[in-house]
Amino acid sequence: MFIAKEIQTAAYLFASILFILSLGGLSSQESAKRGVFYGIIGMIVAIIATVLGQGVAGHVYIISAIAVASVIGLLLARKVEMTSMPQLVAILHSFVGLAAVLVGFGSYLDPKSHELTGAAHSIHLVEVFVGIFIGAITFTGSIIAWGKLDGKVPSKPWAFKGLQTMNLVLLAACTVLGVLFCNAEGTGGMLFLLIMTAIASFIGVVLVMAIGGGDMPVVVSMLNSYSGWAASAAGFMLGNDLLIVTGALVGSSGAILSMHMCHAMNRSFFSVIFANGSGNGSGGEKKAIEGEVTALNHEEVAALLKEAKSVVIVPGYGMAVAKAQYPIYDMVQTLRKEGKNVRFAIHPVAGRLPGHMNVLLAEANVPYDIVLEMDEINDDMPDTDVVMVIGANDVVNPSAQDDPASSIYGMPVIEAWKAEKVIIMKRSMSAGYSGEDNPLFYKPNSEMLYGDAKASVEKLMSFLKA
Amino acid sequence: MKVGIPAEISPNELRVAATPKTVKRLQKQGFEVQIQKGAGLKANFSDKEFEEAGAKIVNSAADIYGGSDIVLKVKEPSTEEVAMMKEGLVMLSYLWPAQNQDLLKKLADKKVNAVAMDAIPRISRAQKMDVLSSMANIAGYRAVIEGSYHFGRFLNGQITAAGKVEPAKVLVIGAGVAGLAALGAANSLGAIVRAFDTRKEVAEQIQSMGATFLTVEINEDGATSSGYSKEMSKEFIEAEMKLFLEQAKEVDIVITTAQIPGKPAPKLWLDYHVAAMKPGSVIVDLAASTGGNCALTKNGEVFTTDNGVTIVGKLNQLPSQASQLYGNNLCHLLDDMGKAEKWKIDMEDAVVSRAMVTYDGKINWPPQPLPVSPTAGGNVKKVAAPTAEEEKLSAEAKAKKATTSMIISLLVVGGLLFLVGKFAPPEFIQHFTVFILAVFVGWQLISNVAHSLHTPLMAVTNAISGIIVVGGLLQTTDDISSPMTILAFIAILVASINIVGGFFVTHRMLKMFKK
Repeated sequence: MFIAKEIQTAAYLFASILFILSLGGLSSQESAKRGVFYGIIGMIVAIIATVLGQGVAGHVYIISAIAVASVIGLLLARKVEMTSMPQLVAILHSFVGLAAVLVGFGSYLDPKSHELTGAAHSIHLVEVFVGIFIGAITFTGSIIAWGKLDGKVPSKPWAFKGLQTMNLVLLAACTVLGVLFCNAEGTGGMLFLLIMTAIASFIGVVLVMAIGGGDMPVVVSMLNSYSGWAASAAGFMLGNDLLIVTGALVGSSGAILSMHMCHAMNRSFFSVIFANGSGNGSGGEKKAIEGEVTALNHEEVAALLKEAKSVVIVPGYGMAVAKAQYPIYDMVQTLRKEGKNVRFAIHPVAGRLPGHMNVLLAEANVPYDIVLEMDEINDDMPDTDVVMVIGANDVVNPSAQDDPASSIYGMPVIEAWKAEKVIIMKRSMSAGYSGEDNPLFYKPNSEMLYGDAKASVEKLMSFLKA
Repeated sequence: MKVGIPAEISPNELRVAATPKTVKRLQKQGFEVQIQKGAGLKANFSDKEFEEAGAKIVNSAADIYGGSDIVLKVKEPSTEEVAMMKEGLVMLSYLWPAQNQDLLKKLADKKVNAVAMDAIPRISRAQKMDVLSSMANIAGYRAVIEGSYHFGRFLNGQITAAGKVEPAKVLVIGAGVAGLAALGAANSLGAIVRAFDTRKEVAEQIQSMGATFLTVEINEDGATSSGYSKEMSKEFIEAEMKLFLEQAKEVDIVITTAQIPGKPAPKLWLDYHVAAMKPGSVIVDLAASTGGNCALTKNGEVFTTDNGVTIVGKLNQLPSQASQLYGNNLCHLLDDMGKAEKWKIDMEDAVVSRAMVTYDGKINWPPQPLPVSPTAGGNVKKVAAPTAEEEKLSAEAKAKKATTSMIISLLVVGGLLFLVGKFAPPEFIQHFTVFILAVFVGWQLISNVAHSLHTPLMAVTNAISGIIVVGGLLQTTDDISSPMTILAFIAILVASINIVGGFFVTHRMLKMFKK
């Protein structure tokens, strides 16, 4: 049973609309769940319309592949912990990249595509070439990103002088290979295609290797974008509008997310992607830090919290590492029961994935209306009694505002220092990801509370309850 | 090490240098605490409370001065008190070293190491020990309460069934710590609040307290590197006096806070200002102890002038809270000096070396000047601001540039599209149109996504990008041994993992978001 080409096109249109609604639904928490539903329906419509379309054969293989994959996918998604969400997202990106590469090769091997002639044929070959190129970069880049996020690959930026030049040379080589590929007869270009795939895979590896752990939110959303472009390229080579539209939606969404992240770090997109280190700062004499670091013990901090009327908690990646979100919310509930105004302040690049902190807090049942964004809460800082910085560093660094020599100068930060008292929970005095010393620690109104975030919060709770 | 706290002998001094809370803190720092019997009574702290906090109650002052290593005091010691002190004693107290040279000499002769809490330099590191600030805060608040009491009317405006009540107008002269505290207190009681200060930089702080900043037309800044104001020129003072005269006719309560360290307070509110005020008005002079800002102030007295203006020259100090804050200031200083364990008088330290006015039998006053910067690099920023004319020109140039670059980019894009249209087959153009439109749709859509949903967004786009499965589906054939089908099979497999995993994990995440 086949459906007519026109009906298939209509079904594709319907699926595209559902995908657009799905992404649009994510503009608020209320409509987001409906958004996912739209997405699922869209996907089912698209798959059924394709399978029922003319010229599709091998239904047994298709069904078995989808069945096996569904089981694997469900297991993956059920098992994953919210703290390792970034890893999951990264590895899923690599799958899209891999699929794009495979589809590209498949398309090249497809005898039907060689029936094309003239410009149409050349364009098709270029599409195949570009699709595989993007797919390969996405594939290996995502795997390295996954490794970095999972701690299997050192998260330190790995770069050397001439890295940029090497990448340019490789890119040029790919272009040459592309020209050779397009001029080859039949499937004679296979060798060029394979060499190019190897080079692109290598570029994917070095590109992500050169980027440090703190820039991961940008990298992950950039790879997200690539995976979309790869799908779009596949759409071009197969002449399939649904793939083109969906790929473009995902591609531009990833791109805009990366730009959001870069903006939140006050860095240019290119300086992050090409690992130009931290691009800002006049590089002049750094401001000397005045004052000294003072520390409190848990009992004293608990006493401060008891007296405070309004408390703001600034979580960072350290909270995720220590899995402290559960005890923190216990503490927040205890404090809120006493009539205190306790809220969370989230910096756009806190964590390793855009919006990572929000998900972690949601996991611990923190209601989202007390989780505020940096811009929403900065104005309230002067009226706040106690700010607790938990596992965050650069996002509360005052140098970003007052020290033009600092590498993070100009990055918007949470103005924790304006509060009456700042408690910084930290393992040790080490610097944040940017490597910048944080003058906040030296301010007279800030106190350190050393120790593992989770253990510390639990200890605080015991004093609060006493 | 033993820390001793004597009772204050001056009848006007209600405070005490330690409270049960700070006694506990001192013990945590490793000190043994002894306190004279009845020391806290005037500040509402009983001996029992001190005893419960862990302090030893001692009967006579002589035991305190003779048997302690460190003595904490509020008011500068009298001759008799100095006589009781043992050699090498460290004493923390108000001393007003500039006015009390004789006392310094006596202390030095006794080889007492005296720290003048009022001489702590006003740098950011020492803010936590700055007694002038902590006490001024109390004084400012109290000045409003005291003024309002003598004023005897509502401070806030009210419209009642019985008629309208005008809000009171409060003028605060000098917007230091005390002045700002007074502004805040008066504002929260509902009065119309104004403030005058010679330092232009405080205008913002005044406005932040809800008050109007009054200023004279002469452009002169009274800010100095010491954080206090400098003396102003004759023209400025004349203009200032004129402004005050206008205000005198209008305002109901005047609170003056201007003090110059080591010198008598400047006379700012003269007899003719008082004469111009309405009957029933009140002047609260916080500088009364150093001579008063008002020419008629009598220190330690409250009196009413012939024209019915009440002038307050004495203030209740809120002794229990004042003691608590003062006690905290002292604890912070002891913290800084190493607590009991690592106790050290470090004459290299910027704070200790300036506040330690007698050390090892020598007088250490006046100290080395230490410039403070209340404004960060205030005198560095002298970059010529562009004039309005220049700004307008550059704005025009910018707009012109923007238009040019817009035209160029439109031409480039148009040219490229033309080339595509000329050489590409119609089918490609069609796909290309769809592609470009989809990019724009995506761009608009994602701009609206809430920041907190970025992770679910990524997961969902991830699932959606699994649409590449369609590519695989189109390539499968019935012949599983053909390379194309094998590739397609794997592509379907990985893409489907992506779809199912991505949607499911998004669903899981969104389920967690609760209001």
